[in-house]
Amino acid sequence: MRKIWNLIGGVHPPENKHQSVKDSVGSLPLPEKLIIPLNQHIGAPSKAIVAIGDKVLKGQVLANPKGVLSAGVHAPTSGLVSDIGDHPIPHPSGMSAHCITLIPDGEDQWIAHEGLSNYRDHVPEKLLEIIRLSGVAGLGGAGFPTAVKLNPQKPISTLILNGTECEPYITSDDMLMREHPEDIVQGIEILSYILGDPKEVVIGVEDNKPEAYAALKSYLKNTTIELATFETRYPSGGEKQLIQILTGTEVPAKGLPSDIGIACLNVGTAYAVYRAIVFGEPLISRITTVTGKACTINRNYEILIGTPISHLLKHNAFNKKNCSRLIVGGPMMGFALENLDIPVIKTTNCILAPSEEEFPSPQPAQACIRCGMCAEACPASLLPQQLLWYAQSKNYEKLEVQNLADCIECGACSYVCPSNIPLVQYYRASKGEMKKQAEEKVSADRARQRFEFQKNRKEKEIFAKKVQRDVRLKAAAQANKTSGTEGIIQAALDRAEAKKSSPEDQHSRSTRRIARFEDQLRSAQEKLESLKEGVTSDQHEQAKAAVEDAKIRLAEAISSHGLSMPISNPSETPDSASEAITRAQAKVTIQAGLSDEEKLCNTIVSLTARLEKATTRLEIAKTEGSEHIDAFTVAADKLKEKLATAEADLSKIRT
Amino acid sequence: MALLKLTSPHAHSAQNTARVMQLVILATIPGLFALTLFFGWGSLINVTLSCMVAVGSEALVIRLRKRPIMFYLKDYSAILTAVLLGISLPPLAPWWIAVVGTSFAIIIAKNLYGGLGYNPFNPAMIGYVVLLISFPVQMTAWPAPAELYPSDMQVPGLWHSIQIVLPLLNPDTLSGVSETASGTIDAYTAATPLDTFKQNTGLLVDQFYKKELFFSQGTWAGLGWEWVNIGFLLGGLFLLYRKIFTWHAPLGMLLSLALCSVIFYDSGSSSSLGSPLFHLLSGATMFGAFFIITDPVTSATSNKGRLIYGALIGVLIFIIRSWGSYPDAIAFAVLLMNFAAPLIDNYTMPRTYGYSKSGVKSNKKRKEDQSDAR
Ligand code: SF4
Ligand code: SF4
Repeated sequence: MRKIWNLIGGVHPPENKHQSVKDSVGSLPLPEKLIIPLNQHIGAPSKAIVAIGDKVLKGQVLANPKGVLSAGVHAPTSGLVSDIGDHPIPHPSGMSAHCITLIPDGEDQWIAHEGLSNYRDHVPEKLLEIIRLSGVAGLGGAGFPTAVKLNPQKPISTLILNGTECEPYITSDDMLMREHPEDIVQGIEILSYILGDPKEVVIGVEDNKPEAYAALKSYLKNTTIELATFETRYPSGGEKQLIQILTGTEVPAKGLPSDIGIACLNVGTAYAVYRAIVFGEPLISRITTVTGKACTINRNYEILIGTPISHLLKHNAFNKKNCSRLIVGGPMMGFALENLDIPVIKTTNCILAPSEEEFPSPQPAQACIRCGMCAEACPASLLPQQLLWYAQSKNYEKLEVQNLADCIECGACSYVCPSNIPLVQYYRASKGEMKKQAEEKVSADRARQRFEFQKNRKEKEIFAKKVQRDVRLKAAAQANKTSGTEGIIQAALDRAEAKKSSPEDQHSRSTRRIARFEDQLRSAQEKLESLKEGVTSDQHEQAKAAVEDAKIRLAEAISSHGLSMPISNPSETPDSASEAITRAQAKVTIQAGLSDEEKLCNTIVSLTARLEKATTRLEIAKTEGSEHIDAFTVAADKLKEKLATAEADLSKIRT
Repeated sequence: MALLKLTSPHAHSAQNTARVMQLVILATIPGLFALTLFFGWGSLINVTLSCMVAVGSEALVIRLRKRPIMFYLKDYSAILTAVLLGISLPPLAPWWIAVVGTSFAIIIAKNLYGGLGYNPFNPAMIGYVVLLISFPVQMTAWPAPAELYPSDMQVPGLWHSIQIVLPLLNPDTLSGVSETASGTIDAYTAATPLDTFKQNTGLLVDQFYKKELFFSQGTWAGLGWEWVNIGFLLGGLFLLYRKIFTWHAPLGMLLSLALCSVIFYDSGSSSSLGSPLFHLLSGATMFGAFFIITDPVTSATSNKGRLIYGALIGVLIFIIRSWGSYPDAIAFAVLLMNFAAPLIDNYTMPRTYGYSKSGVKSNKKRKEDQSDAR
């Protein structure tokens, strides 16, 4: 028997798992439509390769992974791509993201696919690529692309399979282990092969799943895979917690399990890997628990990715009136939904529809009496009451000292708090705020560095010029001494030659610079556009900042270009005075003309942007039937007028 | 169904603050019962009076602070403070002792600091110390256990006790007749075992025990008091069992107190400072260990911190008992350590998951690394 370490802290809420394990995993009729988000995993959203109106087969690629940290997306059934656009996705913030909408044709016709007959004949890299393209992402909750996890930077000595499922109510992994133990074991062997056959392979199962334990046990006889079981206690299924329970070691703060030679994957992921490698089937469905007293039927289903939650509820006699809230995930870490039209995605392990008496509305919070129950429950050995104190007083420095960053947001502290304080909510808010501050600091640092770098460079240039001049003077003096007047003349001519060439040089150089900066601006804008499809706000901010940056640099380049426009300097060439005067006059006019045109160009650009905004506002107002439609129309018309005048002016100047 | 924006966790345990307070109040029953058994109705009268004053003054303050009165009263914290203070007061003390002490505890020590959860000092102990300093005579007049009364004296009954506490209700006082001996508390008071033991001059502990009625009639550590302490010990164990607090602070205090007394027991010589059993079962030791120093608001935060906090209180109690001039030391020891609690917290932060040494240290180290990197 394997030595089991105790979970630090933890709680034992009522399990409520029995309701949903009475029946075997069921299936549901095809929904009317499937909404398939392009980003169901941590990392970059995948890139759609189908277009609206395309007919696709079951298992056909809809989107390919973009970058390393990404995973593919496939058609869960055959049908017609009816839309590609923003749609609300399962996310705590209730946000929308790019989704492909698929209308099933009812045929459920597979695309040709084929697995590897013997995966050990292939190099792990090949298997990794298959897993990546099959869209396998952690099914346990976070949705980390599995191929990335299976390709760690450090050697793995222990592979841990998480069959813990410590959250109350959820039974999807339990049912999977009961019904597909053999497939899971084979999946584990594939994982083990890819990771270079680690010394130890352990499956961790809580002791409230004896059926799953027995089912797995019978297939482990001829393997080296160990099966460990331990006390049911939330959150033993947290990755860090499970590692500690099974190995007694802790993942270093801010580190990864691979830092201590451990890889930890969900049993559901092992199953998905098995399907992908042995049958060539991409991840297009998963087992999801539908439970809670507001649903008359509590059961697990094999559900196609993209199935709207409303479809699930409809088939489980959902009683909307008696439902206190609708939760995606479990009662401890799941989030409440605001929209029933949200699809099931790769990470959706449970839809929980509790009744009022199951999860009544939260009691008003009372004062913290510092009873320490939260600290007893905290699996990270934090002091939640201190964190609360500092979170309330917005003392971010102290929060850092108290290691708020190591809070896994498991909710054990809030669960036990006798004063009903929503502790986790405070921590999330503080974490968000701290992250923002850190980012601001980083960007400020970057700006400062840039500034200092430029200053440095300028100083260096000045210094270099000085050195050059000194050298030249010395050389001239030398020449003077050695070759008399001839030398002087030659040196003067050389100097004149050098200076003459430089303004032109400068001009062409600055033209090139402008072109380059324009290029940069364009690519930054493109990036910003592509980011609008979803992703996090900070990436968005970064992209925006990049665009601003590029704009500024472009503007600088243009203005310095304007200055270097006059190709030569009157004082440089020994021309007559009158010529110099005419040239100077010309310069003035050129500059004046230039800045006028530039001004106009700028006006036109900003007017166009404003007009665009005004039109969208007007359209929104129209669809919403707002009372301000008239005002918006007038504003838009005025902008159009202004734009027309500006354009006319510009063309006048240009001709 | 309201598709509300609610954040996790959605489940909550059945525990709530009012329930915690109620349980603690409930757990005082065995001790209170022993007090009543040996010292008469006085303690119960004190507790009742205190509770009434506490509810009244808490309601007043909440009203002045314009908060919902019932919401705060329902947390039972004011009543718990009152019960604890009422138990600490000498039975049969005049009524205004309870009134002054409780209102001071609730209004000043608790609410002026911001109310429940924000008070740095244990309100009941502040009330007690203020009374002890202001009215030393009344506060040191403990009645003798009934068994030690002279044969011609009766234990005052309930009504009689009330009359002693509230002289206005005594017809003798009303009619201006001079107080009879039985009408005042003085008739019943006697030194406590702790006081008695201090007066030992020159006798071996064994001899002294034989001589003094308190000890010769008692079983372990003084008649009456030992049972009061055992009563509070039982209540405390019940709370431990219900996980209302952890064992760290009480065990720390009891162990360190016992250890100190072992060191200074001097094998029962005439200069002995008392046996461990004597210290553990005298005065307010058990009451303090399980009901006062476990007050979460004013104690240290982490388990390790609470162990240290309790141990230091035990040492302080022994020092004040042995060399101080006050009858018992719990209140002073607790208040002194309330001062030190934040400091203890600072040095006893538990090691956070994933940090090799103490969380604070590695955090500091990380910061240094970061600044190095910069
Ligand atoms: S459990 Fe709640 S009341 Fe108790 S210390 Fe923690 S936050 Fe405070
Ligand atoms: S949510 Fe954070 S602070 Fe609370 S118990 Fe979990 S890890 Fe500890």
